Amino acid sequence: MFEILEKKQIVPKEYDMWIKAPRVASHVRPGQFVVVRTNEKGERIPLTVADFDREGGKIRLIFQTVGKTTYEMAQMNAGDFLADVVGPLGTPSEVKKHGTVLMIGGGVGIAALFPVLRALKNLGNKVITILGGRTSDLVIMKDECAKYSDELIITTDDGSEGIKGVVTDGMKMLVERGERLDYAWAVGPTIMMKFAALTAKDLNIPIWVSLNPIMVDGTGMCGACRVTVNGSIKFACVDGPEFDGHGVSWGELMTRLKQYKDQEKISLEKYLTEVGEV
Amino acid sequence: MMALNIPKNKTPIAEQEPTVRNHNFKEVVLGYTLEEAITEANRCLQCPTHPCIAGCPVNIDIPGFILSLRKDDLSESIKILKSYNNLPAVCGRVCPQESQCEGKCTVGLMKDHEPVAIGKLERFVADWAASHEGVEEPPKKVEIEEKGKIAVIGAGPSGLTVAADLAKKGYKVKIFEALHEPGGVLIYGIPEFRLPKTIVKREINAIEELGVELEKDVVVGKTITVEEIREEFDAIYIGTGAGTPRFMNVPGTNLNGVYSASEFLTRINLMHAYEFPKYDTPIRIGKRVIVVGAGNVAMDASRSALRLGAEKSMIVYRRSEKEMPARIEEYHHAIEEGIEFHWLTNPVEYLGDENGNVKAVRCIKMKLGEPDASGRRRPVPIEGSEFTIEADMLIEAIGQTSNKVLLSAFPELKLNKRGYIEADLETGATSVEGVYAGGDIVTGAATVILAMGAGKKSAQAIDEYLSSKKKV
Repeated sequence: MFEILEKKQIVPKEYDMWIKAPRVASHVRPGQFVVVRTNEKGERIPLTVADFDREGGKIRLIFQTVGKTTYEMAQMNAGDFLADVVGPLGTPSEVKKHGTVLMIGGGVGIAALFPVLRALKNLGNKVITILGGRTSDLVIMKDECAKYSDELIITTDDGSEGIKGVVTDGMKMLVERGERLDYAWAVGPTIMMKFAALTAKDLNIPIWVSLNPIMVDGTGMCGACRVTVNGSIKFACVDGPEFDGHGVSWGELMTRLKQYKDQEKISLEKYLTEVGEV
Repeated sequence: MMALNIPKNKTPIAEQEPTVRNHNFKEVVLGYTLEEAITEANRCLQCPTHPCIAGCPVNIDIPGFILSLRKDDLSESIKILKSYNNLPAVCGRVCPQESQCEGKCTVGLMKDHEPVAIGKLERFVADWAASHEGVEEPPKKVEIEEKGKIAVIGAGPSGLTVAADLAKKGYKVKIFEALHEPGGVLIYGIPEFRLPKTIVKREINAIEELGVELEKDVVVGKTITVEEIREEFDAIYIGTGAGTPRFMNVPGTNLNGVYSASEFLTRINLMHAYEFPKYDTPIRIGKRVIVVGAGNVAMDASRSALRLGAEKSMIVYRRSEKEMPARIEEYHHAIEEGIEFHWLTNPVEYLGDENGNVKAVRCIKMKLGEPDASGRRRPVPIEGSEFTIEADMLIEAIGQTSNKVLLSAFPELKLNKRGYIEADLETGATSVEGVYAGGDIVTGAATVILAMGAGKKSAQAIDEYLSSKKKV
């Protein structure tokens, strides 16, 4: 059992949690994830670790309510226990001196980007960050990302903050002004990562993307999370979750993500009826 | 001549009717009554050569437990079983007895005679003991003598065996399990209808009562490093299982509705997807399901698909019935339940619809050529024989390779050509001192009982290693 130490809502539908998990906290590296199960009947879902406190033995998870498990987590509070938190899983990000790195985050993916961004900055890279969202209030972790960025660019669909447009507009702006970008990371909704990767290809920038396919065990035992990268099948849980963005078969990933759409709806509706929140 | 009086056939055992059981996940075989068990036990000759014992990977005193059963002394019978085998209720159900004890049975060698139903008797005694609490001697809470600390990686059949045996010898044993439940393949792989999970849990409880500590949610190499374990413990046993599914890699592998058997069975067994939405994990309900392969895993997958509601569940296998590796009982049960077999057939492509769902499987007919390395005749495709079978779900059950999560975190450990751990067959000793390994991570995918046998040998070897080290 893993105790929830702190929990707060940061924006509508997004929550910030610190969880006591000393073994995970002492071994996790940027880019890795954990698999969480809320209770004995629960599903195993992967969540990228947003932050960690090695001495305090705790990890931070930031999640959006999308399905039954995340809605259930949103109902839980400090002092409650998650049945299982296992990790850190996956291959850590390639944190090294690249020169100038472009860090692109969208939605709840910003939380997964944050530890990578911080590690790259601490290693002496010049970090330029683009955070995107529908509207200013939905762009999370602006201050934390700003602290470890040489430059922070916000893009919003409605123009309420920063550039009116999407993250790829920010990317083009940087290249147009003559910024030399050695490496990029994009973490966010699949559609955002896809277009960030396509734009990076046009701009000739290598890019890592953090994929979020459906998983079960998270340790390479089942192959549920297989993705096609540069023409070969990879398991995102062990070979990833980060892959060369130029090589990902995006259409396939998006189709696979919809695999249990109907059941996910049944499960969520059943839960919402039970907790009386319809 | 006593032999002449022996009934030719095994005493029939009660089973759920095929047309009933193929719609539920309850156990297929219902077991013997005491009377039936004694009748069957009386078929044993108590022959002096007892070849059955040599046929058993853990050398259970089979005539001994059968004799006690015959005398209606079930407490003695379970005591004998348990002294060789920590998981008799499991082994009685899942061992391939036809190629082990029963394959060697003297009665079975007599003209027109079936061997003694040793597996069913083992199961009877173990189940009897479980339902008669207090009759079985409570597991002796062995005094932990500080003889040494052992880390066991993986709570599957081999790890549980090592742990139990070393705990009985007075060692302090801790098992690290990656999943949220111990049992390994007994929990995530073998379905409820063949091995009820309550039985696995009961046997694991008995092992915990010996003083074995179990920590779940620990992926060794990730959650804790190998170095940390080596610092804290005097010896390590690695029993992580084969652990990663192979795919045929035909076009269409990533279509929705294409599963590895590992994923399909894990969702059903470990995650209880067959009880969705009571349990949260979903599973696709295929109408026409094809399973590729003809081992026990393929039988489990095709029979599970039927139970989930498939109208048709088919097995395609590139060799013929004769080469099929499944346990004979599973094959018979599968036929009774209506599984359709397509021998000498191999998929070459999965075809999808406009939404990315599998809708058909392109297959090719095979013929058998010269024997290959396994001694079985090599299947060869027949040119121009391609045909299509409609299917909305495809499950590949073609085997496994070694999982690299632990191995890549332990580079000093020598692997064999196939990518499994190189370990001494008699002791499980690896290339690293104090590190032992056994089960599927050494042999590649094999059976529960072979993994347990490896665990037994390693427990002995670890005891000897630590005892001799102490003397120095």
